[in-house]
Amino acid sequence: MNSSPSTILPKAVSVPARVSPRRHLAQAAPWLAAAAVVGYALVVGGYPATVVGFALIYAIFVSGLNIFMGLTAQVSFGQSAFAAIGGYGSAILTTQYDWTWAPAMLAGLAAAVAAAFVIGYPTLRLKGHYLSMATLAIGLIAHEIAVQWESVTLGYLGISGVPPIDIAGFELSSDRATLTMLTVCVLATAFAVARIRRSRLGRAFAGLAGSEDAARALGIDVARYKLLSFLLAAGFASFSGSLFVHVVGYVSPEVFSLHMVILSFTMLYVGGIGTVVGPVIGALVVSVLPETFRALRDYQDLAYGAALILLLIFAPRGLAGLFAALDTRRKP
Amino acid sequence: MTATARSAAASAGAVPILAAQGLSARYGQVQALAPIDFEVGAGELVAVLGPNGAGKSTLLRAILGLVATGGEVRFLGTVLPRRNPVAVASRGVVLVPEGRGIFGPMTVLENLELGAYRLGRDAQERERRFARVYELFPRLKERLGQAAGSMSGGEQQMLAIGRALMADPRILLLDEPSLGLAPRVTEEILETLRVLNRSGLPVVLVEQRAPSALKLAHRAYLLSLGRLAAVIDPREVHSHEQLAQYYFA
Repeated sequence: MNSSPSTILPKAVSVPARVSPRRHLAQAAPWLAAAAVVGYALVVGGYPATVVGFALIYAIFVSGLNIFMGLTAQVSFGQSAFAAIGGYGSAILTTQYDWTWAPAMLAGLAAAVAAAFVIGYPTLRLKGHYLSMATLAIGLIAHEIAVQWESVTLGYLGISGVPPIDIAGFELSSDRATLTMLTVCVLATAFAVARIRRSRLGRAFAGLAGSEDAARALGIDVARYKLLSFLLAAGFASFSGSLFVHVVGYVSPEVFSLHMVILSFTMLYVGGIGTVVGPVIGALVVSVLPETFRALRDYQDLAYGAALILLLIFAPRGLAGLFAALDTRRKP
Repeated sequence: MTATARSAAASAGAVPILAAQGLSARYGQVQALAPIDFEVGAGELVAVLGPNGAGKSTLLRAILGLVATGGEVRFLGTVLPRRNPVAVASRGVVLVPEGRGIFGPMTVLENLELGAYRLGRDAQERERRFARVYELFPRLKERLGQAAGSMSGGEQQMLAIGRALMADPRILLLDEPSLGLAPRVTEEILETLRVLNRSGLPVVLVEQRAPSALKLAHRAYLLSLGRLAAVIDPREVHSHEQLAQYYFA
């Protein structure tokens, strides 16, 4: 061979020849769209800021789900359980034990990841529908515990009076301050997911997503990486659960019901599963869309449902895929 | 094993580095491979032949521990763990699976890097492995940024072999590398295997195209209905009729 190894080995992981302006636009477009929605809410404040704020909390939850479902190609209907552990952990420790928000959030996170480890270790040996059913049971059990363990969770009554997050003595209780803080959290989450995706860990996830047997044959410990992916997803779920209770100031079992799971799946698929921006754009669209149809009154749900169906028909890879098509579409 | 096959193994300098004794495999309640003795010598290229459903792929999966097995497999003198393909792969037993098993959405480079997954951060060793793959498959070097799934079947097979080489195998197991490929591309792939084998890498080649495989192999195992039907010395097979006799015996 003529070339020396040093000239052969590329320095970066991916080697596109040159990034075209069209590709830059395609990559930036969904982020710009998301920024426009958040920017509008920041300017207007009030109810739109509340709706977009909830959407951003969901964006974090769905980003975690995306690690497990999008990057690792597994299915979990039970991530709401870990959001509940984080949420209730923060609520109980701050209201009943006078902890400040940061250690309470960390304790909730640790409890959620520990629970994910205990649950995931045996459960993740299941495959396909069996794994789906097992994780669905986890979510239902967590919901039932939140209802029945009244001495701690106060059952359906819920826990109120959860203090807002404060940073250096500045309480983030206004709409705009909350929205700004949530935007920073979403950007940090997206950055973390992007780093995971491009890392050695992310490649192992992609490997086992492609073919578990082929990954095993290359020496990738499939069971270990499935569990790691599950733990990461649980961590982000717990983080979003904690943020929710501090933003709303209240938590009850309904927050972490099956509805949350269905909504997060919708967000993931509408946004674009397996992409970094998909969960963000999906959470914003699915949260904002019903509000845009509010004027239709009785037909609001019908219009919302029809819009979702049309989205999935014309953008089967999600909105992120639609933006990506800007880059790949060729001239006739 | 017949006397001639034994002598063929001996002539290849075959100190067995991989030896399976009474290796069997089953999927649930179904016995897919009856107990079989199987050997690969140092520097040997051993073909595993047989029709569809003969148990050829199962034999490779059993060696790697991807299926429930009975019996024992020794590699370089130590017993390989059962149902633990990660541990088997880490000892240098690397499989190129049937259907290639490439990761379509990932780029060629990412696929190759995944092959060296267990290497860690040893950049020098990584470079050496990349250089070896590019030397064998210059076409891969030209397509590093391309999605693996968008390549032709032949290129995907090159990538699958290249990815396995990135794991720095001490023995390479290939499951039907010619599957779905044009004859010319198949010849190219098989020629590469010959080059690899001549460099000292033992190879186990599962193949339905028996004549092509016998041209390369030092020895061949013929399986039928999950059982060992014959051990063939390729030097004794001079015509299709002779080969057919083995199949119909």
